[in-house]
Order: sequence, then C-alpha cells, then structure tokens
Amino acid sequence: MSSRDRILAAVRGAQPAPVPHPGVEGLGARFPDPVAKFAEMVAAVGGACLRADDLASADRALRELPVHREARRIASLVPGVGAATFDPAVIDDPHGLDGLDLCVLPAELGVAENGAVWIDVRKLPHQALFVIPEHLAVVVRAASIVHDMHEAYARIDHGKGFQLFLSGPSKTADIEQALVIGAHGARSCTVLVVGGAG
Amino acid sequence: MASVETHAEAAARFVRDDARVHWHDQAVWFVRQKRDVASRAVPDWEALRERAEAIKAHTLSNLSAYLEEFERNATRLGAVVHWARDAEEHNQIVHGLLAEHGVRLLVKSKSMLTEECHLNPYLEARGIEVVDTDLGERIVQLDHKPPSHIVMPAIHMKREEIGELFHATLGTERGLTDPKALTERARRHLREKFMTARAGLTGVNFGIAETGGLVVVTNEGNADMGTSLPPLHVASMGIEKIVPRAADLGVFLRLLARSATGQPVSTYTSHFHGPRRGSALHVVVVDNGRSALLARTGFRRALACIRCGACLNTCPVYRRSGGYSYSWIIPGPIGSTLAPARDAGAHASLPFASSLCGSCSDVCPVRIDLHHQLLGWRREIVARGLLPPGKRAAMAFASWAFRGRRRYELLGRLGRWFLRTLPGLAGALGRGWTRERELPPAPRESFRDVYRRTRVQS
Amino acid sequence: MVTVALFVPCHVDQLYPQVGMAALKVLERHGVKVEFPEDQTCCGQPMANSGCAEEARPLAERFLSVFGGYEYVVAPSGSCVSMVRNHYPDLLPASDELESVRRRTLELCEFLTDVLHVERVEGRFPHRVGLHRSCHGLRELRLSSGSERNVPAFDKVKGLLSGLEGITLLEPSRPDECCGFGGTFAVNEAPVSTLMGKDRLADHERMGAEIITGVDASCLMHLDGLIRRAGKSIRVRHVAELLAGEA
Repeated sequence: MSSRDRILAAVRGAQPAPVPHPGVEGLGARFPDPVAKFAEMVAAVGGACLRADDLASADRALRELPVHREARRIASLVPGVGAATFDPAVIDDPHGLDGLDLCVLPAELGVAENGAVWIDVRKLPHQALFVIPEHLAVVVRAASIVHDMHEAYARIDHGKGFQLFLSGPSKTADIEQALVIGAHGARSCTVLVVGGAG
Repeated sequence: MASVETHAEAAARFVRDDARVHWHDQAVWFVRQKRDVASRAVPDWEALRERAEAIKAHTLSNLSAYLEEFERNATRLGAVVHWARDAEEHNQIVHGLLAEHGVRLLVKSKSMLTEECHLNPYLEARGIEVVDTDLGERIVQLDHKPPSHIVMPAIHMKREEIGELFHATLGTERGLTDPKALTERARRHLREKFMTARAGLTGVNFGIAETGGLVVVTNEGNADMGTSLPPLHVASMGIEKIVPRAADLGVFLRLLARSATGQPVSTYTSHFHGPRRGSALHVVVVDNGRSALLARTGFRRALACIRCGACLNTCPVYRRSGGYSYSWIIPGPIGSTLAPARDAGAHASLPFASSLCGSCSDVCPVRIDLHHQLLGWRREIVARGLLPPGKRAAMAFASWAFRGRRRYELLGRLGRWFLRTLPGLAGALGRGWTRERELPPAPRESFRDVYRRTRVQS
Repeated sequence: MVTVALFVPCHVDQLYPQVGMAALKVLERHGVKVEFPEDQTCCGQPMANSGCAEEARPLAERFLSVFGGYEYVVAPSGSCVSMVRNHYPDLLPASDELESVRRRTLELCEFLTDVLHVERVEGRFPHRVGLHRSCHGLRELRLSSGSERNVPAFDKVKGLLSGLEGITLLEPSRPDECCGFGGTFAVNEAPVSTLMGKDRLADHERMGAEIITGVDASCLMHLDGLIRRAGKSIRVRHVAELLAGEA
C-alpha cells in the first residue's frame, strides 16, 4: 500500500461525521467611498497612492516621482506608463532582472479594505517581475476597486499560472518589531489609480 | 532517554533576568495590541471567526475527499504531488528531489512543518546548503537556534545581539545595530543566495482543493524570490492546510494577518497554480501525526490552526517565558496542545504551562478551544500515569477529605490551626507558595462557624 | 421571594469567611431568602484543573446532590461557578439533573444583574478601586465583554460597583491580563505566577488604586500574598465586600 493510500485511509477513518460547508455569504466590509478607503489603506501598508484621470496623466505623475527620475533601468508592462529603458520580454533568464530599478505593472483589481492589488502575473513575461525590482509602480483602474476580499475572490479566475495579492512594498519587523520597508522585494510601491470610480 | 527540561524549569531561568523578561513581555504584548486595533476595525470580526471555524470543521469532516480533489487539480496543472507518512519520508522525498535536480543550495521560506521534520539538518548532513530566507529565520539560523515564535522567529533577540551576530557571520561592522541597516545587509546577503540557488522550498498556508492551487503568504517576498528564479519549487504542506474553495480564502485572509501582526493583509499573498513556465513544482503532502490527531475527538480542533501566532502573543505565560522554554518547536498555547498529541511523556509539562486564563481561545481566528484542550490534555496525562506520584496522591487525599462534611470541617480547622500556630513550618512545607508570597491569613472561624453562630437559631 | 442556596467555595469557607458573609448580606438586602446547605464542601476544581478527573468526579456528584433541589445556587466566585456550568460536563454524563443544576448556578454579580435585574446597589464605597477581571468569570461566564473580542462592551461587575456612592473605579492598562494564580499553576510554575502577579500589582499601583477588587478570592489571595511580602499599602477586597459596603 502506498503512502498516499495509507494516509488517505487513515484520514478517512479518523475524520468526524460530515458537517456542511457554511458558505461565505453575509460577510464583508462596505465603505462609503471605496476608492478613498483604498488610497488610505495603500498608505497604511507603506505604499503611496496617486489618482490620475487617465493613463497619460498617470504617466506624467509617475515620471515626476523621485523613484522614476532616479531609476536607470525601467521596465513597463503598462503601455504608455513609465519611460521604459528595456523590454523584459527579450531576456530569457529572469536572473537578468536583478538590478531593475523600477517596474510598472498592471493590476486587475484593488481591494479597499487592505490596499491590496491583484496582479495577474501570467500576463507578465517573467514571474520575478513583481518581486525582484527595487521599486514598483502598479496601475489599477478606479472602477476595478472592490470593497473587500470576498468581492475580490468573486471576480478572480484561478486558471493555471501565478497570481497574487500585493499590498504595499516588501517589509519586515523581525528586528525588535521595528518596521523596515524593503526586505527582499520592492523598497517602495506606488499605486496609480486611474479614472473615475465607475 | 535524556529527560526533556520541563517548561517550569526553563521558565524559572528565563524570569531571573527581570529587565529582559519585561522587555520580552512588552515586545510581544505590543503585537497583541496591534491585533486588537486591527480586529476592532472589522465590524464582522466575530462573524468571520465563527465562519472560519465552521469552514475548518467542514473541511476536516471531509478531508480525504478534499485531499484527493486537491491532488487531482494540482496534477492537472502540472504539479507533481507526493505523499509523506512521516517526517523521515518527507525529508527523503525532498532530498530525493533536490538530488535529482543537482541542487547544492536551497533557499527556504518559513515552514513550521519543515522545522517539525528537522529538514535542515537532514539536508545539511547530505551536503546541501539550506538558507532560511525569512529575515527572522535567517537570524536564528545564523545563531544555530530554532525560531522562538512561529511568526517572529527572533523576537527574543535585541538589536545589539543581532548586530553582533551579523558582525560574526556576515562581516558587518561591529556596533551596527540600526534595524534598517541590518535589514539592508541581510537583503544583499540573501539576494546573492536567491540568485544562485537552484531550488526554492516553501511551506503552504492554504492548499485549495477546488483549484489545486497553493497559497503562500509573506511580508518580505522571500517565498516569491525563492520561487521565481530557480527551476525547482518544492512545497511542503501538512494535510490540514486544505481549504475547499478559493472563495473560502476571503474569510481566512481577512483574519490571518490581522491576527498575526495587526496588518490588514500580508504584503505578498501568492497563488501558485501549477509550475512556472520552464520549471517544476513538487508538492509534498505530509501526515506526520495529523491523521492520528484528527481521530481524537477532544483535540482535533487544533488542526484548524492557521499559524497566526495570536495565541502566543496574548499568552501571559509565553510572554514571560519565551519560546525556548517549551519542549516543542511550536511554543505557546497551540504548541502545548499539539505537542502532547505526538509524545505526551516528553511534553507532559506543556499543558500545565498555563493558568488557563482563556485569552488564547478568544483571540484564535478559527476559534480553537485552546484552553479547554489544555485542560483535556491534563486529564489525559493523569490518566496515563504521567503526573508525578506525589501530586496525584495529594489530590486523592484532598478528594477524600472533601467527600465527608465532618472530615472536611475537622481537617479545615486543623489546617487553619496549623497555619496560625506553626506558620514557619507551614511556610517551609509550602515553599512553592511562600518563596515569594505570604501565606493567607488563617481565621479562627470558618464561614460555616460564623454562619452557625450568628444565623442558625438553635 | 426568590430562594437561593449559598454556595461558599472551600477556600472562602476556610480562609475568607467575611466574603461569604458579605455575599449573604448582599443577597438578603435584595430580598433574597438565603439558605446555606451545610453538606457542601468543594466543587472539585483543584482536582479537575490538575487533570485528576477521577478525584473530581465524586465531588461533582456530591455537588449535584447537595444543591439539586434549589431554585438558584449562587456563589461569590467566578471560577467555582464556571467549574459547575462549563466543566462538570467533562466529568459527568449528561443528565437532566446536571443540566438543571448547571442552569441554576450563578456567580453573585450575574445573579444580581441577570436574575434580580439590580441596576444599582445602594451603599457607599469612597475609595479608588482597581478592577481585577478574574479570568474564569470573564472568559467562561462572560461577566464582561473582554478585551479580545469585538463585541459591544458590557460589564456586569463594573455595572454594579459603579453605583456605589463615592467609588472611583480604575482600569489597569492591561484591562484583563491574568494575575497568575491559576490554581496549582501558582505553585508548579511559581516564578512565572509571581511575576504575573507582581506585574498586575504594578499596573494597578500606577493607576493609583488603593484597593484591588475581583470576583475570585483565589486571585485576591495570590495578589495579597505578594502585597504583604512586599509590604505594599494597596489592599484587596472581594466584590461582595464592596457591595456590602465593607472597606
């Protein structure tokens, strides 16, 4: 008998009498202005949030920021936003992305209750693009900001590949509970919220 | 067999350094306070906890089917699923995969399961360098110690000590103690490891049965650095980590980070569905005593644990004794109920390392009845004859004494007389009490004496 | 007229008779007829908490037979009442008798609040009083809402005490951290136990309390032992004594 069969048999024998799944309805947060709440929470998790009417003004706002002005290597996966210096799709080996100063990424939605964005990494040429750069800028439409995680999961598809919720820059408080931004991933995360709430 | 130090013995040493124990207590209490602020910002917090409890109860009642569903879906996506009955088998499988892929350097993100299996020494003995990449874990790894907290592994260390450690092991300047500067050095040091590792190993916070996906949660991004560069990702998952559907994650993720650190959500909540293009994903599903615990009616609810650490942070005993006072890799209330399930003899002191205050049960995001389980373990330990004989005899005598009114009244009177007349002797016999406390006053009349004298008409 | 059997915990009976007498007085002042069943001894908590279920069981059975016939059973103790309500099912098989006794056994403050609907206790207590929220009463009987849960705030004990004329009620900065008594924990893990107690005392002292009060004499005994060893001027008094106006 394989380990698999032994384990499953042991679990089958041990598990208690079935109780029903309670469902996930009737829970959640509601905010009078989810986009404003989202912006507040992005700041609370160590990120920066800027509003822009459209991609062109998002681009202009991004280029003003020190994180863009001081960047030497810039990649953008959002056409029209950020002055990209190279295209990450042309490199084969993601190790070559080390030292990427700034990467602009698209997000499918934002979550007001916690300032997280859902990034479909399957659309990116390399999985490492959300974590290896020194700084991130994320573009999300205001109309795609939902109130809470329940709403987010109702919209997400879970097909093959990698996706994540990203909430602010990389951080740690492992040394005496002192919050330090920029542990292994991005040292800063600027979220550009584009358009009206819809 | 070498006797394991009891919690009481280890804790007695920890509290001797008064300044340090207060520092530790305050540092961990601070995290409890942050959790409180976060939980009060969620109006449906208690409803979420109840729902999470119910989802876990449903899952555990249907676990075998969900495990099979998970395996089917994960395999369909291109992951390879392995099954390990115990720690040894888990280590063998992981080593086998690394050896097959020619891995000499493994980067590892936080996994209490791999600590439980003692994976690191197993791999190191076989010539594989293992680098724990969570900052707190790397710190204790460099210090050759286990984590002292499941979420904040180095909470017991002061910045000066970490500075000294980095100076000795990473070549940082002597006297460098600023957390920002130390973290920066660790970032560079670990970035090198991420860049050269040929495999990344992660734990699994949640395995989704419905989709075959793995969810791995970090604040640092170390699990992501470790899995987006190397060609091999090994994920070690305990069987109890399964959730039925992706939608269930909405409940758990709204509870997890708020309970753990007071953050609304962790920085990276990564959803892996199948391997990265051009790389391999192997999932090792591990039992190692979990199915046995599932069979225990009184203790199976402990399998609902989502490893948030809130029970540690609220526990007045953990805060004042530290993770190293516990004989099991997971300390605090949850560790003290998981450990005796493995080896009641080795961990007999843990269920008694508690005043049964119940705070843990009230902060647990999945409403495990932790303090009630600790009491249940005490009964089990006594039933197995593992209580020191003197203690059992004392309880037997007391029980006998209380079973007859006259003998109770007589012994009570004698006891009070003894306390009044021979307090020195009483104190000497009760050093456990009197080392730091005065004995209670012993009145001449008991309540029932006063009652009879003043209230009962003869 | 409501009839109550007064359940006087063994440690109150032997060491703090004044607490039992105060509880008696308070109940009588609210029009309750109080009886004291003399055959009572101990609810079995020390044995049960040590895991000695075999030794606790006969005491639980004795409790049911002593108190079985009464309309209500009231005790000036959160932990002993919790033993009966929450932990007797661990020791005894389900029965109508057990259910009946469990339902009718209450701690003094919850009896006054929930059964007699007392809103204000008449009396004077012009002192600065630190509230010690004993754990069993708090988290097992839900005498108050507690710091851990996100529920609307309530406090049956504070509610009754706040009506006393002249009283200043003070909250320690950690409103409901355990004092460290914990039964045999006090002796088995004495260093941690006493440290917890000292930290509680320091918290109350910082808030300026003259008197620390709570619903469990066992917690107060532990704190009092530390107070007298250190020669501190802060005092302990059981809630029943405050409600009876006894400084």
